[in-house]
Amino acid sequence: MTTLDVPTAQTPLAPVTEVLAIAGRRLRRLRRNPGRLVGITLNPLITMIALGYLFSNAIEIPGSTNYIEFIFAGVVMQVGLASIGPTAIAVALDVQGGLVDRFRSLPISRSAVLIGHTIADLAISLIGLAVVTAFGLLFGWRSHTGFLPTLAGFALVAVFIFTVLWVGVLLGMASRNLETIESVGGLVAVVFSFMSTGFLSVEKLPGWIQPIAQWNPVSSVIAACRELWGNPVADSGGFPAENPSTVILVSLGTLFVVTSYLSVRRYRNA
Amino acid sequence: MDLAIEVSGLRKTYDKTHALRGVDLSVRTGSVLGVLGPNGAGKTTAVRVMATLLEPDGGTAKVAGFDVVKQPREVRRRIGLAGQNAAVDELLTGRENLVLLGKLLHLGRDGARGRAKELLERFDLVAAGDRPVGTYSGGMRRRLDLASCLVGHPQVLFLDEPTTGLDPASRQALWNTVRGLVDDGVTVLLTTQYLEEADYLADQIVVIAAGRVIADGTPDELKRKVGQEWLEVAVALPDRTPDALSVLGPLAVDTPTVDAEKGLVKLQLRDGMDGIAAAAVALRDAGVDVADFSLRRPTLDDVFFNLVGHPTDQ
Repeated sequence: MTTLDVPTAQTPLAPVTEVLAIAGRRLRRLRRNPGRLVGITLNPLITMIALGYLFSNAIEIPGSTNYIEFIFAGVVMQVGLASIGPTAIAVALDVQGGLVDRFRSLPISRSAVLIGHTIADLAISLIGLAVVTAFGLLFGWRSHTGFLPTLAGFALVAVFIFTVLWVGVLLGMASRNLETIESVGGLVAVVFSFMSTGFLSVEKLPGWIQPIAQWNPVSSVIAACRELWGNPVADSGGFPAENPSTVILVSLGTLFVVTSYLSVRRYRNA
Repeated sequence: MDLAIEVSGLRKTYDKTHALRGVDLSVRTGSVLGVLGPNGAGKTTAVRVMATLLEPDGGTAKVAGFDVVKQPREVRRRIGLAGQNAAVDELLTGRENLVLLGKLLHLGRDGARGRAKELLERFDLVAAGDRPVGTYSGGMRRRLDLASCLVGHPQVLFLDEPTTGLDPASRQALWNTVRGLVDDGVTVLLTTQYLEEADYLADQIVVIAAGRVIADGTPDELKRKVGQEWLEVAVALPDRTPDALSVLGPLAVDTPTVDAEKGLVKLQLRDGMDGIAAAAVALRDAGVDVADFSLRRPTLDDVFFNLVGHPTDQ
């Protein structure tokens, strides 16, 4: 008879090991199936090329002639928004395939699996962000502030991406139907990115969309990034435009707390 | 008696369906319990509760000495679960799958690699170890799935329909593996739809139907409950059936059942091998040509029909 040794008890750093193991799994998968990276990179790139290159002379931004600098912040938001669908599908497939059951039957932290997923997906999105930024530079986007504010802008983008990834996790935990996930993910990506101040100034948008664009948290993140990068800012007016940090803090904070809480709760009872 | 699994009065309701309506089970340490039942009987629900994946609405379940609701973590440290799907990552290699679990179980990088190597050897997956699981056959995938459950040296193993969809050779191989684990002292609870599988592996069997245990016992006890084996004779020319019946009748325990249209006579023989010989001789002497002459055993269908009280074929 072999010794039936019981896996060692919990140590304070145990969840870190678990998160890293799960994140490592996701990154290994990416190496064999880079579709995710291609998707989240191409989506913003196409927007940037379509709008910034083809339409740049047709669209006027008040107080600026540099359309690519205007839309760049909106384009990088799409790296995050385009990640929602693929993250949701990956999570749903893990639930369907029984992997979530296996993980749940292990003596590991209840949130390690989902956190590991989002951290790995964030890393993948950051690679996408780097590629999109490189193309942005090629098309003429520049930051006009110093190193630190520029970096702060990208850090804010990273926070935004991490937050919306949890929307994807929740979507994947909540729905088992891949087609539903795909269409909901696509819809969220289009609505939140185009009903914002990312590509047009507010007064150029149809009247009924204006308040939506003003209050869309994505607009606030875009406004903050433009500020941090010294890019043209189109004043959208109203409370959100005057207090972008408050809107960002409250909206992203709430979104993160609600989606991560609900996701982990669903994971426990999956 | 040292019990590895103790379940009493387990209840679980989904919306308005009663998946479990008071299930009692006990499994001795180091033995195998086969849980039989038709689809939707509650087998998987019971396994999910015992494996801490699902909280019961009522009743208690203790696994490896710990309550699944109050001390789920202690239970998880001592169990392995192989669900109906092979829960392995298709894009990772077999080795990577096992190393991942080793890391999650805090074996450390080297420990996880060493354990993965051991298990690949044990499950005859060394050659395929560095190929993505997506390229594996069904049998290989199942073996990897079973290996995945063993990374943490579980004391209790839950196997939910482990051989569904496998070819006979893979099934036999998996059975041998499970036998080997039991010899190592592991307690196994397996659900299955195959009486043959339960017969081969299980020390004890419970039959679940509609969320209740409707029978339990050793495989032999259960078979006795359902009925003995019977002789089935298919007469070549159906109009000779009465002749066959008249010579076979005296050898049967009860009146044989007859399907005149098909020329089928079924009877339970009074005395084993001698009975078979006597039946064959009697038919030859009567000049009845026989298309099929075979001894039949109760199938799982018979077990279910018999236990839930529907008329059986026999």
